[in-house]
Amino acid sequence: MPEWRTQQAEKESRLNAGRRFSEGKVFAANDTTALLEAVIRSGDRVCLEGDNQKQADHLANALAAADRSRLHDLHIVQSGLVLSAHLDLFSKGIASKLDFSYSGPQGAAIARALYAGKIELGAIHTYIELFARYFVDLTPHVALIAAVSADREGNLYTGPNTEDTPTIVEATHFKSGIVIAQVNRLVDRVPRVDIPGDRVDFVVEAPRPFYVEPLFTRDPAEITDTQILMAMLAIKGIYAEYGIRRLNHGIGYGTAAIELLLPTFGESLGLKGQVATHWALNPHPTLIPAIESGWVKQIHCFGSEVGMDEYIRARPDVYFTGSDGSLRSNRAFCQTAGLYACDLFIGSTLQIDLAGNSSTVTPERIPGFGGAPNMGSDAHGRRHVSGAWLKAGRQASEGQPGMARGRKLVVQLLETFGDKMVPAFVEELAGIEFARRMKLELVPVMIYGDDVTHIVTEEGIANLLLCRTAEEREQAIRGVAGFTAVGRARDRKMVEALRSRGVIRRPEDLDVNPLDANRHLLAARSIKDLVKWSGGLYRPPGKFRNW
Amino acid sequence: METLEICRTAARRAPGAKRHAITGVVASGNLEVLLERVLGDTRCEVTVKTSVEGFGDVWRAVIDDFVERHSPGGLRISINDGGARPDTVSLRLAQGVRLMEAGE
Repeated sequence: MPEWRTQQAEKESRLNAGRRFSEGKVFAANDTTALLEAVIRSGDRVCLEGDNQKQADHLANALAAADRSRLHDLHIVQSGLVLSAHLDLFSKGIASKLDFSYSGPQGAAIARALYAGKIELGAIHTYIELFARYFVDLTPHVALIAAVSADREGNLYTGPNTEDTPTIVEATHFKSGIVIAQVNRLVDRVPRVDIPGDRVDFVVEAPRPFYVEPLFTRDPAEITDTQILMAMLAIKGIYAEYGIRRLNHGIGYGTAAIELLLPTFGESLGLKGQVATHWALNPHPTLIPAIESGWVKQIHCFGSEVGMDEYIRARPDVYFTGSDGSLRSNRAFCQTAGLYACDLFIGSTLQIDLAGNSSTVTPERIPGFGGAPNMGSDAHGRRHVSGAWLKAGRQASEGQPGMARGRKLVVQLLETFGDKMVPAFVEELAGIEFARRMKLELVPVMIYGDDVTHIVTEEGIANLLLCRTAEEREQAIRGVAGFTAVGRARDRKMVEALRSRGVIRRPEDLDVNPLDANRHLLAARSIKDLVKWSGGLYRPPGKFRNW
Repeated sequence: METLEICRTAARRAPGAKRHAITGVVASGNLEVLLERVLGDTRCEVTVKTSVEGFGDVWRAVIDDFVERHSPGGLRISINDGGARPDTVSLRLAQGVRLMEAGE
């Protein structure tokens, strides 16, 4: 007679071990390590909630303080490896295997630990790719999550930064795993139930509120004339050209410049209501002027942004909000929205090669992928049409008989030279040599060249949809690579021929004068201007308050 | 500190009658450009004083492109560079030529 309930029995015995430290579901912060040692078993897959924004930092620190003789060889499966405590798990030998998506500030430390053999790397995923594996072969045995508040039944209020929590809890709880939540406050009644209490096994009130990184705040004061020029080219040469209504923006200064030019330059082109109306986007403060000017119909968010909560609460026609009035974000749904429901992704990158492959790997760092590869890829499963999608598809298939098919617009924004005169255009991505040295089976490419449709630099726009051969594609890329070595090695005759076909468009071809590209065009020129646009509802974090 | 002297022949005299103009500032990532209408109709001389050494080829490519696009004949151009990137250099040079287009 086979046994079908081993996982449930195992869960029950772990819960009993944990209950020695709890009263009902609630346990005290100073018992956290002891409870984790009682509930987690060596070799478990553990998800320590953390992404590019919120962090279950109290639980991370407590797990890193565990006794290695009791807890070792954990397999960490989580979106973000961002805190130093996450790395401590590996250097202390508590964890040995890693599957993750994003590392940001810990990119260099991960590369060192990988090289030193401290981490056995499964794979670097995109967000939804890792979420998908939570439901197939990387289901967590234990999830350590973060919420704003909880009641004694374990009902959780995750508030504006809901982000990954529902996905993690879904995968863990419904497959007989254990869910442990740190909360900022224990309350009698939560403002709204984001996670029902029967899915949560233990709750601890953390000594400090969980950490949230203001990753999506770009100070308009830092935007350069060159970025403004590129934003003008993108708005006129791509947004207007294709009639882009549904879109996602990256987090660089280039896209911040576009957001701040919509109510000025965009307005002067008569584009209001015609483009950039529906968004899959975090609550970017730099979008406030466009929202206030009536450009934006609707925004769904991956997560929240520090300081934006009151503004969002006052604009429920634009944002998704709960019965308590505050933002409801959800990374898995928003990533899916970006993949299937948006006609355009535009983002900055650090490095691009002659085939259009781009990478944010700089020597000695593994920053991971996050969501950009999904936002920045053509969704082959898409079956609904839009004008922009069909136009891009027609450009790509011109001259080829057969079935018409659409294309997502995937636009890379980059200045030809980065900081310290490092060229952004290269013959070979730094990631290739890095992968060789780190023995990675896959070269870390952020956006594959065959997904990229346009490259925008200060020299102009290259439309790769219109390139018919690999050689044309290479010359189109060289043709906007400015004074980099790659750009200076262009075949000038071929580049001029591409320009006459509209494959390359210079500022003058779009009737944009580079001398008009200056900061007076920005709807807000400082964080303080954004606060004014918001009627005082946006409350920027301290490090952005420079007045 | 590196000094570069670049002399070119332009297709035409730079339009306008202004004798001299200055644009930009010497700051990190920026540059100051002084333009003086003191040379023969098609001659253009550029002196670059830059804090970043080893980019002579890039400077010559930027100046060649500028001469081709804007035909700055008759101008002596002095640049004090604080490590500006080529796109900023091109922009400042274009701004300078536009300033020279004014009358006396």
